[in-house]
Amino acid sequence: MSAPLALPEEFADLAQFEDWALETWRERYEKRLASTVDEMQALYDAITPRFEEILSYCDRHDLADLPDEVRNLMFLLFSLCEASLPVEVWRQPRVPDSGAADLTMVAEPRL
Amino acid sequence: MAHFPKPAEGSWTQHYPGLGTGPISYRDSFDPDIWQQEIDSIFTKEWLCVGRVEQLSRVGSYFTKEFAWANRSLVIVKDQGEIVRAFHNICRHRGNKLVWHDYPGQETSGYCRQFSCKYHAWRYALDGSLVFVQQEEEFFDLDKETLGLVSVACDVWEGFIFVNLDPQPSQTLTEALGDLATGLAGYPYGEMTQRYSVTSKINSNWKLFIDAFVEFYHAPVLHQQQSTSEEGQKLAAVGFEGLHYELFSPHSMVSSWGGMSPPADPRMVKPMENFLRSGLFGPWDKPAVVNNNENLPPLVNPSGHRAWGIDSFLLWPNFMILIWETGWYLTYSYWPDSPSSHTFESSLYFVPPETSSQRVAQEYAFSVFKEFALQDANTLEATQSMIETGVVDTFVLNDQEVLCRHHHAAAREQVAAGRRPDSYPWMPAEVSA
Repeated sequence: MSAPLALPEEFADLAQFEDWALETWRERYEKRLASTVDEMQALYDAITPRFEEILSYCDRHDLADLPDEVRNLMFLLFSLCEASLPVEVWRQPRVPDSGAADLTMVAEPRL
Repeated sequence: MAHFPKPAEGSWTQHYPGLGTGPISYRDSFDPDIWQQEIDSIFTKEWLCVGRVEQLSRVGSYFTKEFAWANRSLVIVKDQGEIVRAFHNICRHRGNKLVWHDYPGQETSGYCRQFSCKYHAWRYALDGSLVFVQQEEEFFDLDKETLGLVSVACDVWEGFIFVNLDPQPSQTLTEALGDLATGLAGYPYGEMTQRYSVTSKINSNWKLFIDAFVEFYHAPVLHQQQSTSEEGQKLAAVGFEGLHYELFSPHSMVSSWGGMSPPADPRMVKPMENFLRSGLFGPWDKPAVVNNNENLPPLVNPSGHRAWGIDSFLLWPNFMILIWETGWYLTYSYWPDSPSSHTFESSLYFVPPETSSQRVAQEYAFSVFKEFALQDANTLEATQSMIETGVVDTFVLNDQEVLCRHHHAAAREQVAAGRRPDSYPWMPAEVSA
């Protein structure tokens, strides 16, 4: 068995969502499209009650030099940004009526 | 009843009498002949924005731009003198495409000391001059001086790089931008370097997507679900009214209210927005560089309304800059691939975040923006396919759609003239000083 996702000790329980710790927007968007609303609801429910605590933990580190476990935590937050839209708005993974419309990311900030 | 004052003529549209108020034809959005005339009279004659100077971070940084609609490929580079230059992407020897990776038709970017042709290793300095010819002695009367890369008119305004495919542009970039050249100058564009850029192939005429972004009449309806249900219903019942519309033909602008950043009542927005203090209108906390919007460019927020949220400028023919009250900006470009398709590019520009919280707030703003873009994009395909049936040949536009009316009219005028016209029938005559 591979080692669990490295996360700060306080948030070690979030390691169950390790397949959401994705570096690029494209990966996060595809993960969203491939997930059910219930799966995204689980991520949402695990993070949002502790949002303030998580953000203030991350804010204690220099953004330009985040330790790996904090980077992983940030990737989970980025995934939540994507996954929250089906949870809070659509109740389905895709944007309704978006059909074949798709976007290619040409440039994005990287952590 | 109007919530915001309109011009004395009673409407934004009638403020420009020659624009008319009747139904308009959308034949210009699918007819192949008109499309070709637009390429010939507009796109190969006008200054076109291709990117930002920050994309060329050092001497030798370059990117290519594929203009298949004009059968052109360009390379844009920062040369040894730190001047941004554009060249046709063709080797002077036997015509190979000079700069490309793996797939000749795909855009690319990178860094080099010189451009070297993959075919026979001819090399060009960053200023386009031919500096090396393989087995030069085998050629006949070769004059390297005359075999530099073919240059393309290129200029920079406020950090935005423009090119013009006309070998002899009839206007300078500043002349072409007209009132916008100074009216939009001075915003801290160069400080907002945190960039998200996306592109998409859209199955609609290029003008139809511009139509969607120069009116917000659609927003409370098409995007209703993206507000909380109570707020969405309220917005749909009220509809949309712009704070201000203005033509700088062929350019134009619309100023809109926002008022959600932060919202008066946290129940107006989704829980994530409250957690992150961010949403469609961007992160709620303004960066210091915008100085609380006290030094906005002269044409921004013309009504000075306290509910101001966003100004959207169309820089003719196919480039838009949107400046948000919350202190970031967004650009759109529309490249006319065919009569019924185009390539859409969009970039969001924020100040570099200082904290993780700010970083996540920007990520969320991008995520939300993208949901709106996906909804808009697919709706356009539905519009294009039905316009093309010709079942209905004229369409009615309301006063909040004055910029759609104007944009199509400006294209018609330019096609008729074969070049940018000297004046537009709906604009008041210039008062000479």
